[in-house]
Amino acid sequence: MDFSLPTEPMNHKRKNPDPSPDSDESTTQLSSPFPDEVLERVLSLLNSRKDRNSVSLVCKDWYDAERWSRTHVFIGNCYSVSPEILTRRFPNIRSVTLKGKPRFSDFDLVPPKWGAYVHSWLLVFATKYHFLEELRLKRMTVSDESLKLLAFSFPNFKALSLLSCDGFSTDGLASITTHCKNLTELDIQENDIDDKSGKWLSCFPENFMSLEVLNFANLNSDVNFEALERLVSRCKSLIVLKVNENMTLEQLHRLLVLAPHLRELGTGSLLQELTPRQHSELKSAFNNCKNLNMLSGFYEVTSIFLPVLYPACTSLTFLNLSYAALRSDGLSNLLVHCPLLQRLWVLDSVEDEGLEAVGSNCPLLEELRVFPASDPFEDEILHGVTEAGFLAVSYGCKKLHYVLYFCRQMTNAAVATIVQNCPDFTHFRLCIMNPRQPDYQTNEPMDEAFGAVVKTCTKLRRLAVSGLLTDLTFEYIGKYANNLETLSVAFAGSSDRGMECVLKGCPKLRKLEIRDCPFGNAALLSSFRKYESMRSLWMSGCKVTMDGCRLLAQEMPRLNVEVIRECGNDGFQADKLYVYRSVAGPRKDAPSFVLTL
Amino acid sequence: MEKEGLGLEITELRLGLPGGSAPILVDKNEKKRVFSDISGDHDNSSTDWKLTQTKNQTVGWPPVCSYRRKNNFQEKDRLETSKMYVKVSMDGAPFLRKVDLSMHKGYSDLAVALEKLFDCFGIGESLKDAENSEQVPIYEDKDGDWMLMGDVPWEMFIESCKRLRIMKRSEAKGFGLQPKDSDHKGNSKDVAK
Repeated sequence: MDFSLPTEPMNHKRKNPDPSPDSDESTTQLSSPFPDEVLERVLSLLNSRKDRNSVSLVCKDWYDAERWSRTHVFIGNCYSVSPEILTRRFPNIRSVTLKGKPRFSDFDLVPPKWGAYVHSWLLVFATKYHFLEELRLKRMTVSDESLKLLAFSFPNFKALSLLSCDGFSTDGLASITTHCKNLTELDIQENDIDDKSGKWLSCFPENFMSLEVLNFANLNSDVNFEALERLVSRCKSLIVLKVNENMTLEQLHRLLVLAPHLRELGTGSLLQELTPRQHSELKSAFNNCKNLNMLSGFYEVTSIFLPVLYPACTSLTFLNLSYAALRSDGLSNLLVHCPLLQRLWVLDSVEDEGLEAVGSNCPLLEELRVFPASDPFEDEILHGVTEAGFLAVSYGCKKLHYVLYFCRQMTNAAVATIVQNCPDFTHFRLCIMNPRQPDYQTNEPMDEAFGAVVKTCTKLRRLAVSGLLTDLTFEYIGKYANNLETLSVAFAGSSDRGMECVLKGCPKLRKLEIRDCPFGNAALLSSFRKYESMRSLWMSGCKVTMDGCRLLAQEMPRLNVEVIRECGNDGFQADKLYVYRSVAGPRKDAPSFVLTL
Repeated sequence: MEKEGLGLEITELRLGLPGGSAPILVDKNEKKRVFSDISGDHDNSSTDWKLTQTKNQTVGWPPVCSYRRKNNFQEKDRLETSKMYVKVSMDGAPFLRKVDLSMHKGYSDLAVALEKLFDCFGIGESLKDAENSEQVPIYEDKDGDWMLMGDVPWEMFIESCKRLRIMKRSEAKGFGLQPKDSDHKGNSKDVAK
């Protein structure tokens, strides 16, 4: 959780409705110079979680004022707190963000039916947060029943965002679209959904007009286009529309004509033959979209299509081409028209040449993500990207601070140059796809690369390492990465010392996720108090044993120490370990394969 | 994981006997020329090799979320063509590649594709002049034997080819590689340069 909790939950009612400024309050050490309502009013203007946490620690008055005035709560680990504790402390919540499974569940490392059910939360919210307006879920298990409960329990419900969730079907979505009369946002992204039909879209009532955000790019079944058209024409405030792959260009054109004020557009499939007339109509429709700052979709795009978009690109700040296997020339030609680009997501099919074009055309670029276009170990290979591409971007894009880079080769020298060019990295996620691959020129480990990163990038908050790495990398990280909050490690390190260095250093570490490294019990137990200052630790495929985990659980009763036991496990090794702090105690809904120690 | 690595060495893309013993020429029948190779764990490329094998079994690697994998990693065929993918390895290259044999019309076509894939020359030449070329393309057939590419008719080749390997001439030294039109009946001629 990301709010600070005192050791006992507080149950103060509002007090001091009208104190005189110089009355002595015997119950508080520092008397508040102004009445509670004023304090609450002032604090209600605070939005930052961090600020609110700090405020709540000042004194009891401030703690109370803060809890009454908080309307949005972020829970980074749904098992760190219970809905009862949450609702008791914060009575006036309108907006909840909940995150569930450990991040490595994205890579199939967490078995299905692990947990993170939203239903128990909704049951409590239904009674305590009657005025709930927004629910944003990430990596939670959501059932159709939960969605139905949601639809019926909150008359003012406005915004639903589901990212990387599972357990529901389009029937559940239909409950939302049918019953949520005040819905402004429906954002369904990258979920594991049982896609039965597109009927959910037709369930919006004919007089429904409030939609501002609609993202169904994830869903494959066809929706009724006429219903969508009517919906878009009614919803004058629609600013985000992301359609699925099945939308044709003809349909896209009709939608654009109805909604030229869109700020974010996700296209469907762009692989169609256009007549010259269609071509110019579409180009003109794009030309009328003066507010467009994000484009995504681009399923099955061909370079021939792209010029149609050029007029819409002038104000583009975010371009998501991560589902489009573009080559370098297609990308270069497009980027010439995107001078204001700040965020770019691409596939490595653009190769180093494409990234050179990024360096040349996007001086304002702050974020770059390069994903692999194909499974490097299965599919017929394209060349992908190398250190050359990353270097080219770093020379041209001085404002770069967020990179996710999947590549086939890298050198220490290149990384050192890159961070010299761009010292302001806050997120540096480098994935050299061949595990334990050394610097391909010198054949040395990649220790110096990450050493350069942590030494130069003092603002670094998130780091993912890869390649052949010894304990030296982790010595560097522990010593220099003073602002690091999230560290992801795979196939790296030489001994327990590596992990020990990280745990002894990195004062701001919150999330540590490790897989397939030679770290064992000694490392795990070296700084066990640290885990209380962190959100969570994940270790899989390492050398920790059940005994080591039991010892940790014994020493730290306020941590939940969970081992995921898989079939064939000998009961000695702890193959998958998940440790997290919690005020809610051990899980009550753990499946049989999750052992709480 | 170390454990995984040990277990999977058995299934590695290697030829012949581990630990290094003398090369053998096995001549099974008139139509086949087979040669066995040594798996020599001399250099980094072989080590990378080993990792390449274990990788294929590694869950969740590279760390691309399952949604993206589904969308990008599978070819979305609008035409249901039957594909004949075989893995290709080249000595010195740390990655396996894959080629779809059904996409090629003949040996020279395939040779050009392989040259593009690995950014090298000489494969096409090796088909014409096995003795002198730098690269020696061989393939593993259905029986598990390693054969010199180019000997049998194309159709027969694509039916029986399970995987390809592009060997360096220096590796093939002393293996008694027979030119196409030589005597097949068990006489090994030393054509090493």
